Amino acid sequence: MSDAMNTVSMARKLDRINMVDIVTHLMDDFFELHGDRLYKDDEAIRGGIGRLNGRAITVIGNQKGQTIEDNMRTNFGSAHPEGYRKSLRLMKQAEKFNRPILNFINTSGAYCGVEAEERGQGEAIAKNLFEMSSLSVPILSIIIGEGGSGGALGLALADEVWMMEHSIYSILSPEGFASILWKDAKKASEAAELMKLTSKDLLELGIVEKVIPENENGLAIDQKKLMEDLKGQIHETFNSLERVPKDELIETRYNRFRHF
Amino acid sequence: MRLFKKRSYITLQKSTTQNGPTVPDGMFEKCPQCKKPIYVKSLGIERMCPNCHYAFRITAQERLFLIADQGSFTEWDASIHSENPLDFPGYTEKIAQTQIRTGLREAVVTGVAEIEGHKTAIGIMDSYFIMGSMGQAVGEKITRLFEEATKRKLPVVLFTASGGARMQEGIFSLMQMAKTSAAIKRHSDSGLLYITVLTDPTTGGVTASFAMLGDIILSEPGALVGFAGKRVIEQTINESLPDDFQLAETVLKNGFIDSIVERNKMKETLSYLLSVH
Repeated sequence: MSDAMNTVSMARKLDRINMVDIVTHLMDDFFELHGDRLYKDDEAIRGGIGRLNGRAITVIGNQKGQTIEDNMRTNFGSAHPEGYRKSLRLMKQAEKFNRPILNFINTSGAYCGVEAEERGQGEAIAKNLFEMSSLSVPILSIIIGEGGSGGALGLALADEVWMMEHSIYSILSPEGFASILWKDAKKASEAAELMKLTSKDLLELGIVEKVIPENENGLAIDQKKLMEDLKGQIHETFNSLERVPKDELIETRYNRFRHF
Repeated sequence: MRLFKKRSYITLQKSTTQNGPTVPDGMFEKCPQCKKPIYVKSLGIERMCPNCHYAFRITAQERLFLIADQGSFTEWDASIHSENPLDFPGYTEKIAQTQIRTGLREAVVTGVAEIEGHKTAIGIMDSYFIMGSMGQAVGEKITRLFEEATKRKLPVVLFTASGGARMQEGIFSLMQMAKTSAAIKRHSDSGLLYITVLTDPTTGGVTASFAMLGDIILSEPGALVGFAGKRVIEQTINESLPDDFQLAETVLKNGFIDSIVERNKMKETLSYLLSVH
């Protein structure tokens, strides 16, 4: 197995810290909000409001379950269109009440299925990108496990994008990539190496601003300490993004993606 | 007398000259939608199936000829071409070969043209260039198309044809979805019109960005329109899907397309829509 493929399997581990755990540890308090007001509530993307170090924020993220039963409900974090539409509703609400937005990403991609197509998966993601590009409040997106394809980008058009050390971010899963290019999903390991999907590679390429270390001298960082550090960094980042005039914030976000 | 006597036959020399009617190659094409054989000349200049009106895939050049007023087109950013941002093995060569074969620099042609006298920014994707896939060059040309149109206060008409993101450019292809959508938002916020015309096929990252962001979304009959590939979905849910799944006609019924317009009516339809705005 290639080094990159090793990172892929670490990113996919179901016992990795998930969105609900992080929110529980990170936030002073949290109130979940459900539904897209159009069709239903998609549990693959959860969201709500709460305080982080006293600051009111909107939190949205993919929830992967840790058991099969959980994942029957959450589709392993792969959202249907209603998941994206719920996230957009909550982001627009955040803009209205001038709250910064914190997104956690952990999905192999938007859900591939008949109903997802019928209800306009492409349109739902496109609309998120369209609207997020000019929201007047700070957006910070953190990839905590898998960041796959348009399904991940749909929550990642942000002022800053961070990655956990052992997470991945890519155009497609290495299996899908190998299957499209070489008609052989078994070449995933080779594909992973070429795709530059690790946090280290993506930091070098300038796709992400920051990598959150999960290990120190080969040892896993204590979860509590990790969450404390993360909380501090998020707080600081919102402090500085909130000082930026709104026009400039939107302009800087535009340019962040414009140069790719 | 033997019961099963083997009869003897005379062997005939195979004739070297063919008798009977012959059909030269290339006279008939099978319609990908209704599967009927069609006499090539009856496809006409528009290359439409006379039976089911499916619009055959055509090149950007052919499209431009059908849509833009003669001599009205000025190309923008013709020199933009793909680099190889991930040093993907064999990709630079693939681009070079495709450029020679198609005569195009990239999978989209952009510029300004007139449609029955209505001046508009126009973009046309070409599925013959690595399946119209979107990498940095396609994303950049489309972004500039919208930025320039915003500056010049022009509407945009964009013909999409794409298998999705350009795999060989990896994460940089993904970023194009964000980049183009943000440029379209600015164009839209300026009160300008954007018409998308979905053509066969429009899928993947292109569907999940600029293809679905038109103020008005038109489609050609029989175009494949979707996000995930049919084969991928079949593998995910482990059952086969009907033929009309992801056909433009189905997507219209689901509420994501405003109107399906036959190719020989496209120019006058666009002209009408531009005149209303």
